[in-house]
Amino acid sequence: MKVESEKALVEAVRGATRPLRIVGGGTRPVGALAGDPLQVAISGISLYEPGALTLIAGAGTPLSEIEAAVAAEGQRLPFEPARWGAVLGAAGESTIGGVVAANVSGPRRVQAGACRDSLIGLRFVDGTGAVVKNGGRVMKNVTGYDLVKLMAGSWGTLGVLSEVAFKLLPAAPAQATLVMDVPLTEAAKVLAAALGSQFDVSGAGWLPGVGAIVRIEGLEQSVTYRAGRLCDVLAAWAPKVMREDGAGLWRDLAEVTPFHGRPGDLWRFSVKPSDGPQVAARLGGQAVLDWGGGLVWALVAPGTDARRLAAPYAGHATCLRGAFAAFEPEAAPVAALSRGLRARFDPKGLFNPGKMG
Amino acid sequence: MQMPLPSAKVLAEKALIVKRLRAFLPRDSVIDDPAETRAYECDALSAYRCAPLAVVLPRTTAEVAACLRLCHQMGVPVVPRGAGTSLAGGSMPSADAVVLGLARMNRVLEVDYANRFIRVEAGRTNLSVTGAIEGEGWFYAPDPSSQLACAIAGNIGMNSGGAHCLKYGVTTNNLLGVTLVTMQGEVVEIGGPCCDAGGLDLLGVVCGSEGQLGVVTEATLRILRQPEGARPVLIGFSSNEVAGACVADIIRAGILPVAIEFMDRPCIEATEAFCHAGYPDCEALLIVECEGSPAEIAEQLGLIRQIATGHDPVEFREAQSPEEAKRIWLGRKSAFGAMGQKGDYMCLDGTIPVSALPMVLRRIGEISREFGLEVGNVFHAGDGNMHPLIIYNANVPGQQELCERMGAEILKLCVEVGGCLTGEHGVGIEKRDLMTVQFAPADLEAQMRVKDVFDPKWLLNAAKVFPLDVSASRRG
Repeated sequence: MKVESEKALVEAVRGATRPLRIVGGGTRPVGALAGDPLQVAISGISLYEPGALTLIAGAGTPLSEIEAAVAAEGQRLPFEPARWGAVLGAAGESTIGGVVAANVSGPRRVQAGACRDSLIGLRFVDGTGAVVKNGGRVMKNVTGYDLVKLMAGSWGTLGVLSEVAFKLLPAAPAQATLVMDVPLTEAAKVLAAALGSQFDVSGAGWLPGVGAIVRIEGLEQSVTYRAGRLCDVLAAWAPKVMREDGAGLWRDLAEVTPFHGRPGDLWRFSVKPSDGPQVAARLGGQAVLDWGGGLVWALVAPGTDARRLAAPYAGHATCLRGAFAAFEPEAAPVAALSRGLRARFDPKGLFNPGKMG
Repeated sequence: MQMPLPSAKVLAEKALIVKRLRAFLPRDSVIDDPAETRAYECDALSAYRCAPLAVVLPRTTAEVAACLRLCHQMGVPVVPRGAGTSLAGGSMPSADAVVLGLARMNRVLEVDYANRFIRVEAGRTNLSVTGAIEGEGWFYAPDPSSQLACAIAGNIGMNSGGAHCLKYGVTTNNLLGVTLVTMQGEVVEIGGPCCDAGGLDLLGVVCGSEGQLGVVTEATLRILRQPEGARPVLIGFSSNEVAGACVADIIRAGILPVAIEFMDRPCIEATEAFCHAGYPDCEALLIVECEGSPAEIAEQLGLIRQIATGHDPVEFREAQSPEEAKRIWLGRKSAFGAMGQKGDYMCLDGTIPVSALPMVLRRIGEISREFGLEVGNVFHAGDGNMHPLIIYNANVPGQQELCERMGAEILKLCVEVGGCLTGEHGVGIEKRDLMTVQFAPADLEAQMRVKDVFDPKWLLNAAKVFPLDVSASRRG
């Protein structure tokens, strides 16, 4: 079923007698995919105020439509949302609601925060068919509980998003990328030196065949100055400075291009940045690092229990493609709270059953 | 301010409750003498006071857990307290409540520069978190005005902001993990030094839950390198509207200052009389601060000058030295004190879309004349978080109520233009009864369900945030 308005969504939920599989653009088929498909096609930008850096859109609005609209005004979504369709082998166009449901953030997360940090408001339909709004369209808001954050990254298990509101940032007029030919094992040290500098790094990752990459963005003269200073800080690793990202390195990092079309199981580990290279090495070394080493994308042989292979690690792993539970089991007290919330928001167990535990 | 009737059973059991608390807490950690509990009768919303049943000042997470377990078992309400600086009554006690103060839990537990975090006990003051790392060139970004006194626990409870959050975000954007003790006495670790939550983002909903979901005893906070330098500029304007338009233009131009602060004429005059900062005689002024190396600051200030010139400023004053920078900030930082010279004041905290700034300022002026109470505006303009200060005289019968009614009018106006009741102070008891202006019943129901999960008996800070009639059936 496809719904094109919040009203239709309410009716669909109220009328549901069997579990529903909530779908945006269908580009992130992660974890259990049980239930009758319910495609959220509530589309369109309902408010965009460039002077206030705010945008509100239907949850089913294509990500590309939003990116084009804000780019036309010299602005952008701060968290650099990444498309996963190619790496997961899923066709379709990512929607903004899907981005929120999975709390997808790209390389700029280290500077500008995650998707949930830019999300300032939303509307959703809970499991009883009630429409709930939380947050709003202003940047600072502590009125009542922050369900906005709770809904971001809940993978559709607490409610179905109908509308989302973001704060935006001006797009940077200039950028510079420092490339350092260092092995994976040394990556975290390089990236920590960059991120621990005063020069406001907006991306820090490692790509196979390329090495460590560090990004600086901002006004022209400022970028020149900071790139120069950062080269001094990182001199031991002989950085090369690129003023244009012609090769699309940051897109490669966000979309994990090195793994496109490659066979094997795909995992994502969220760990302490300094632990990243070690975890990647234990997984066999077919890895891409983002967020200074705190995010490890790893490709392993089919059927490998990557959690066991990577242990011990502090953090958690998500199985994006493979025969294991997508989400890592949580510690008992946390799991009990999460279960309690799901039971309250979706008492009939309609939404994405089994996806998060 | 209406508060629920205290439980007669709990009041009658005071001696037994205190005795049981003393069974596992050191003698100096339990306060029950009415002469001493009075020190905890209010927070910074001092118009409302009520001495608690008792006060506990535990030193460890295990002691916090034991206190909560006992209170849960005996049905005793608990009011968590950081440093007691809430402007919304967030830690105001009730007569049947045990106040759980975190003042003695203030140690730094771990500093990790390679992974850019610090782990502290939550009773530690905001400024002393930066104090622990500034020697190495790092800082903790959220900077509420009360940062010298306020505790991280309260910052997390209220999701506090500050003048520099335009660039660095508020508490929730800088919080990586907490140790949370639930009302049942269970210790829960949520989040930590790695980036994303594994399951549901419980951390996101705990932050800003006003001490209603659990007591935070430890926090992992994101730390940042101090910028090379910072410099403010002061720009005077002939009207609020023009100043508001200039704010929007600066934002649109792609410059992201760390702070854009706004003061209107009543505030400018009051601060001039109070601290002689040398502000120009004008209707409105902006203080814009930029960060970076000297050359980077010059680049940004150059653009700001260009934009401001288009708005025909009365004055454009760039700080040329640290002394001049200090003088520019002096008036802004003294503004609350200066307004306090005029009488008692109530500080509002609504946020509005930046585009609505001129209209809202005009309406506030009209409301001020209607009610006959003076109001001054000093606030974070970059993010639309307003702080109208209403001047009244608490000794004149009826003036406090008049002031509260006027405050409510202004907050309703904020909601009407697409904003909210509170941007950084929290709801507490102060804005509790206005929640229905912003939220429909289903919105509040969804929020209360979260509390049902964390605190099924509704014992933790329960008479706050939600209007009493809305939460009545849950509070039992």
